[in-house]
Amino acid sequence: MSSDLTPMERFIRGVIPENPVYRQLLGLCPILAVTNGVATAMTMAGATAFVLICSNLLISSIRGLLKPHLRILVFTLTIATFVTIVDKALAAYLYSMSKALGPYIPLIIVNCLIIARCEMCASKSSLPHAFMDGLGNAVGFALALLSISTVRELLGAGTWFGIQILPQSAWPGWGVLVLPPGAFLTLGILLAIVEWYSKRKKTSAPETSTSTEASAA
Amino acid sequence: MDTFITLLLLVVSWALINNVLLHYFVGACPFLGVSKRVGTAFGMGMAVTFVMTIASMLSWIFTYFILRPHAPVPQWVWELSGGAGDAPFDLTVLSYLLYIFVIAASVQFVEMYVRKNFPSLYKAFGVFLPLITTNCAILFICLEISKRLQDPLKLMPIYEALTMAVAAGFGFAIAITLMAGIREELELCDVPKPLRGAGIALIVAGIMAMAFMGFAGVESGLERALSQFR
Repeated sequence: MSSDLTPMERFIRGVIPENPVYRQLLGLCPILAVTNGVATAMTMAGATAFVLICSNLLISSIRGLLKPHLRILVFTLTIATFVTIVDKALAAYLYSMSKALGPYIPLIIVNCLIIARCEMCASKSSLPHAFMDGLGNAVGFALALLSISTVRELLGAGTWFGIQILPQSAWPGWGVLVLPPGAFLTLGILLAIVEWYSKRKKTSAPETSTSTEASAA
Repeated sequence: MDTFITLLLLVVSWALINNVLLHYFVGACPFLGVSKRVGTAFGMGMAVTFVMTIASMLSWIFTYFILRPHAPVPQWVWELSGGAGDAPFDLTVLSYLLYIFVIAASVQFVEMYVRKNFPSLYKAFGVFLPLITTNCAILFICLEISKRLQDPLKLMPIYEALTMAVAAGFGFAIAITLMAGIREELELCDVPKPLRGAGIALIVAGIMAMAFMGFAGVESGLERALSQFR
């Protein structure tokens, strides 16, 4: 279906029009769990990007050898290998971050986003396509993590990347946003805003929406 | 009695207080995807509990005998091959690969067993059974068990691991069934258009997580109440 897309188009589609989080609701577990601070969220985005791009490249280069009934197993084992690399590297160079992220780094293995990209793109297309697809989805995932963690950290603690933005005297801090329920609430409201904005754009400018649909088809 | 109290506290803590879904956020994809009808949601919860129990038992066995530091099997191999003293290697680096392999294999076996012996249950599960492989909750429990097997002086016994896995599975089942009940009622409500679907489901989940935060402290209270039996 999408084999005639150029690598650049694949990159752009991953970032906004088919954003893995806001459009496809993939990879929710890290999105909810590590977004209480921008720094942890960005580390998570970097780790996921590395795993996503590397496994996309590897799967794409061995796609001729894949057997249909074993492919999911090959995908998960490939991903698990790269996640082990990331986990050991983080523990060696960013120990405090590795402690803060805890089990969520190994849980990248079962992030549906990566398996979905391997299945839908990497196992069917050539290396440049797979690379750009991985890069685009990684950027889209990072954008989603950045937006959610910014809302949560700014409103919850008044800081951004640990820097005090809203003065402590003026801003009481909505503590619930840093706690687990805040993750669900923030993502729900941001999803609604994205949905509302894209619907509004579609009704006001129908010609752009048909052109994106034509390019997607 | 001591053991019983420990197990009871484990159940309360993993089923209610540290609910895998509402506290650790693992398993959020099926939580949103399969929570539209109470029947399927309950079936999903039970399937997850089942696979979680099997996978966590297998990973406890593998971790205890092979993967943990100072595990017996690598030591035995080292001595058999003529080495002296402690085995100079640590196989924990292989744990992620092995766990995901164990989970995929046990999901496959459960699927085959259920298809052969309980065809009606198999039909009810449908596509969700193979999807459990990528359910983060199961890998999460395997990782938590392996974390408790790293210190050779404080090893988690297998019955505690079993209790923990079953309790966590029930916690998942409770959360997803409650959620499905709420979503069935929500269909009759006038939800603002952009919030329909995933948006309102996430907000409901947030309110549920707030309610479950009320369980915090139950564990220490229970421990105090039970301490007279110790």
